Amino acid sequence: MSMADSKARKTPIRVLIAKPGLDGHDRGAKVLAHAMREAGMEVVYSGLRQTPEAIVRIAVEEDVDIVCVSVMSGAHNVLFAEIMERLRAEAGESIPVLGGGIIPAQDIVTLKEMGVREVFTPGASMAAITECIEDLVPV
Amino acid sequence: MDKPYERSELQKARERWEAERLDPALAKVSRPRMPSDVRQERLYTPLDGENRDYQDDLGFPGEYPYTRGVQPSMYQGRYWTMRQYAGFGTPEETHERFDYLLKQGQGGLLVAYDLPTQLGFDSDDERAKGEVGVVGVAVDSLADMETIFGGLPLEKASPSLTMNSAANVALAMYVAVAEQEGVPAERISGTTQNDILKEFIARGTYVFPPRPSLRMTVDVIEYCTANLPRWNAINICGYHVREAGSTLVQEVAFALADAITYIEACLERGMDIDAFAPRLAFNFSASANIFQEASKFRATRRLWARLLKDRFGAKQAASLMFRTGAGSAGSTLTAQQPENNIVRVALQALSGILGGVQSFHSASFDEALAIPTEHSALVALRTQQVLAHESGAAEVIDPLGGSYYVEALTDQIEAEVNLYIAQIEAEGGMLKAIEDGRAQAQIAEASFAQQQQIDNGERTVVGVNSFQDDHDPEIQLHRPNPEQVAAQIAKLQALRKERDNGAVEAALARLEDEARGDGNLMYPILEAVRAYATIGEICGVERKVFGEYQTAAI
Repeated sequence: MSMADSKARKTPIRVLIAKPGLDGHDRGAKVLAHAMREAGMEVVYSGLRQTPEAIVRIAVEEDVDIVCVSVMSGAHNVLFAEIMERLRAEAGESIPVLGGGIIPAQDIVTLKEMGVREVFTPGASMAAITECIEDLVPV
Repeated sequence: MDKPYERSELQKARERWEAERLDPALAKVSRPRMPSDVRQERLYTPLDGENRDYQDDLGFPGEYPYTRGVQPSMYQGRYWTMRQYAGFGTPEETHERFDYLLKQGQGGLLVAYDLPTQLGFDSDDERAKGEVGVVGVAVDSLADMETIFGGLPLEKASPSLTMNSAANVALAMYVAVAEQEGVPAERISGTTQNDILKEFIARGTYVFPPRPSLRMTVDVIEYCTANLPRWNAINICGYHVREAGSTLVQEVAFALADAITYIEACLERGMDIDAFAPRLAFNFSASANIFQEASKFRATRRLWARLLKDRFGAKQAASLMFRTGAGSAGSTLTAQQPENNIVRVALQALSGILGGVQSFHSASFDEALAIPTEHSALVALRTQQVLAHESGAAEVIDPLGGSYYVEALTDQIEAEVNLYIAQIEAEGGMLKAIEDGRAQAQIAEASFAQQQQIDNGERTVVGVNSFQDDHDPEIQLHRPNPEQVAAQIAKLQALRKERDNGAVEAALARLEDEARGDGNLMYPILEAVRAYATIGEICGVERKVFGEYQTAAI
C-alpha cells in the first residue's frame, strides 16, 4: 500500500513537474504539485514553456527520482520524443517519466513505446497519480 | 415593495418554522449539500433584502446602476449574439471558412491564433516545433493576414483577434490589411483581446514582464481611442481566471482589479475616462450553477457602474455599462460520457442569458476530447437557439429580478468582491499582486481545494467521480498536415528574401528606439508590419528591450 511505502522511505521522493511546449495551462500541474507535497514528496516545478533540453538539465541537476511531464497544446509526440532521448543520454533508464494532458489513446501507445511509464488524461484523481509515483520509485 | 412586514413578526415566524419544521425534517433525512463558492442559506425570505432600495440598487434596465441589464429592451430588441470558437489551420483554410461565414451573414469572426504566433515566434523558430497551426492559425507576417482577409467585406467582418502579448502586432496587421482593401480606419470594427494581466495570473501566454506589458496594452487602447472609433480595444477576461480554478468571487474581483489597473494607466497617459471607458468590454465564464452565475452578472453590472461613476467620475452612460460576453466553462466539461456535456452547456448558456450577457459562446460537447466536429459545433449552436426560441427565458427582462434568493446573492457577491478588491489594493494593487505571485497563489489554492472536493467525493461530477461507466473516452486532436507546416515555413522564408530588407531593418531600429523611450509603440509597429517584418522579428526587438518574464517557481 502506497501510504505505508511513503512512511517506510528514509528520504522523500523528489519529483520534477515539467511543462514543455508553449501552452500556458498549468492548472493541473500546480494542483498536482500541491497534492504531491501533501503526500510528503519534494516537488520541483519547472515553470511554463521549458525546452526539453532545460527539463532534462533540471531533472539531473535537481537529482529527482521521477519526472512528470504535462502537455496540453497537442505537441506531445514531438516533445516527449525529445525529452526521452535526452534523458536517456544523460541518465540512462534511472529516472522514470510520467505524462499527463489531453492525449489521445493512440498517442498514449506511442508515448509508452518511447518509454513513458504511464499517461494520465482529464479526470484522473490526484491519488491515482501519487500512488503511481510511489510504485515507480523504489524505496 | 412587499406588504410592509413587521420585521420582528416575520423574524419570529421564520425562527419558528426553522425550529419546528425544518430542523426536525432535516434531522430525519438530509443529504450533503453541494460545495459552494458563496455562502448560501437554505431558504430566502424578505428578511434577506431589508436594506435594499429598488431605485438605488436595481433601477430599470438600461439605467444606472444597470443591475437589471445594460440595454432598456435587452433581448426584447434582439437576442444575444451566439458565438462559437472556430478557425484553425492555415491562413488559406481560415480565409475559406471566413468567406463562407460572411456569405451566411455571420460577422463576429473569431481568429484563433496558434501558440507560436500568440507568443511572438515565427513558424520556423526552434521553440515553435510541433506547435505550428495546432491550436489556431499561424500568422507570421502581414502576408498571412492578407491571405486571411484579402477580398473579404471587412466592414462586416468585425473580427475578434485573440491575441494578448502581441495584440499590438495583430491589430497593426489588421489595420494594414484594411488600408490595402481601401476600408477607412474609422469604419473597421472588431476586438483585440489585449488583456495581458490575466495571462500572468491565469492563462500563461505572457512574454514580457508585467510593466512593459501593461504599457503595450495601454498603447493599443490609446491608439484605438484616437484612430479606430468602432474598435473594442480590450476584452477583459474573468473567464480564464475562473478556468484556472478560481472561485466565482475571485473571477469578478481579479477581472475588475485588472480593469482598474488599465483605467489608471490610461488616465496617467492623460486620456479622458469617457473617451475610452465605453470601449472596455468583458468576457466572463458561465458555469451550470444558474442562480449563482446570473447573480454574478447582475452584481458585476452594479459594481462596474458604481466604480466608474463614483471612483473614476465617468459621466457618459456608455462608460458605466458592463458589457460582457460569456462562455461555457470549458474546464467543467468532461472527457468521460461526453454527451452529458450537452446538458451542462445548455445550463451554462441559460446562466448567461438569465444574467443578461451580450453574447454567449457555447462549447461543443466534445471539447475535452477534440477540436469540435461540424456535428458537435451545430449541437452547440442549436442549444442556444432552443434557449432563445423555446425556453421563454428571453421573453421577460431580467426574469430572476426580485427573487429573494437572487437579490440576496447579488448583494452578497457585490459585497464580497468589494472586500476582495479592497484587499488587493491594500496590498499594493494588481501589478504588485502579480509580481509577488500572490494572485497566482490564491487562484492555485482555490483550484486545489476544488480538486480535493472532487477527489474525496464532496463535489459530485457526474460520470467522473460518480455514475461512471466503463467506456474509455476517445480523445482526438487536430493534427496539422506536416506538408502544411512545411509550406507555411517555406512561405515565410521566401518572404524574408523577397521583401525590402533595408526598410525592415529601419523600421525595427525605429521600434527599438521608441521601446527604449516612452512613445506609443503602435506607430512604429505599424510601420514594421507594413514593411513585412515578421511577428518574431517585431517581438524579438521587444524581447531585447524588455526582457522575458519567468514566473517564480512554486
